[in-house]
Amino acid sequence: MSNKMHVKLNVNGEDHEFLAEPRELLIYALREKLNITGPHVGCETSHCGACTVTMNGKSVKSCTVFVAQANGAEVTTIEGLGNPDALHVLQENFKEHHGLQCGFCTPGMITRAAKLLEENPNPTEADVRFGIAGNICRCTGYQNIVKSILSAASEMNAAKEAAQ
Amino acid sequence: MIPAAFEYYRPTDMAGVIALLKEHGDDARVIAGGHSLIPMMKLRMAEVPHLIDLQAIEGLNGISIAGGTVKIGAMITQHEIINSAELEKAAPIMKEAALQIADPQVRYMGTIGGNVANGDPGNDMPGLMQCLNAQFHLVGSDGDRVVDARDFYEAAYMTDREDDEVLIAVSFAAPIGGFAYEKQKRKIGDYATAAAAVQISKEGGKVGAASIAMTNLSDTPIWSEAAGAALIGTACDEASVKAAVTAMLSDIDPTEDNRGPVAFKRHAAGIVLGRAIARAWSRA
Repeated sequence: MSNKMHVKLNVNGEDHEFLAEPRELLIYALREKLNITGPHVGCETSHCGACTVTMNGKSVKSCTVFVAQANGAEVTTIEGLGNPDALHVLQENFKEHHGLQCGFCTPGMITRAAKLLEENPNPTEADVRFGIAGNICRCTGYQNIVKSILSAASEMNAAKEAAQ
Repeated sequence: MIPAAFEYYRPTDMAGVIALLKEHGDDARVIAGGHSLIPMMKLRMAEVPHLIDLQAIEGLNGISIAGGTVKIGAMITQHEIINSAELEKAAPIMKEAALQIADPQVRYMGTIGGNVANGDPGNDMPGLMQCLNAQFHLVGSDGDRVVDARDFYEAAYMTDREDDEVLIAVSFAAPIGGFAYEKQKRKIGDYATAAAAVQISKEGGKVGAASIAMTNLSDTPIWSEAAGAALIGTACDEASVKAAVTAMLSDIDPTEDNRGPVAFKRHAAGIVLGRAIARAWSRA
């Protein structure tokens, strides 16, 4: 019953292969097998969104995906969006607008926000609040998170216009 | 929270799924998006020694609208329901309801098939399927069959589906007139304290037809024929809405839980139905 299976994952553009029990949750495979610790374990019950990653183009809570289901998938985590030397525009704006306090929810929040802006580059404040409703922050009261995302959206749009 | 170990299968055709279900009986379950089943497995409230993933099966992820009939494949997600312009045009109540299910991440994974087949009284689509008088398409080792949504639910998590059957699609006649799905919940992501699905059509200023269903107010979704009948032929005035609410209240049977005592749930049921009727009528 506890036979391990061969799992292939492409995470942030890099191919990985490892053995895992089918029941292992994607979040633990990322954190403990691949040492990709950006996505956090918050509630582990699909509520808080700290473990949010992008899997095959969908924002998902990686605590609610078995690694067996993810076999063959392309996954993007916060590490795939930016790094300390080259921050993603969302990371820049979270920094600029103080969109975090303790920072625990931030990787999931930004990963979710990146997908949201990809699907809706011109969101209203209400769109942002509805779009991040699956991510809980217990520090900020969301005000500055929303501000950061809206500001990132206009910056991304300005950059797009300038490039044209 | 680690579920019990299981064998994992990802068959590429429905015959493979049926063969596995036949072999393992009630030790096997199919998984679509998994956002009902995985939490239950993590809590060890569901034990599934053989887990059959439907993600590689073709033909379960289409939406077709033809000749006034809407058919939605079981693997269509809530996110896809929300973003289908064609479906919004044919049956806008689907989008209105899907937007009130869980949260964005869950809606990318949660499917209509899982939502209706699981038999959880808290799920929203079963109530909506009652309202729309939908049909559920099942395949199994004894062949295909079609069951009316209104005959499908027997009790909480108990449905007319046999262990070796898979629900592959839902279909319904594109509804006419005004619509509303109104849901009272404690927070984003919660199941309904009470929810109502309403379709109303208008003829000569009066209600021509009305269909009313309620979510999470009994151990199955409730289609209240009497509530709809109370509106027909009326101008949807205050007295008729009150009569519909009274009729609905005698069809539901809520139980006390962490969403409140019975009296509160009955109160909330009346409020959501009143709002849903008003909104549906304003759109009729």
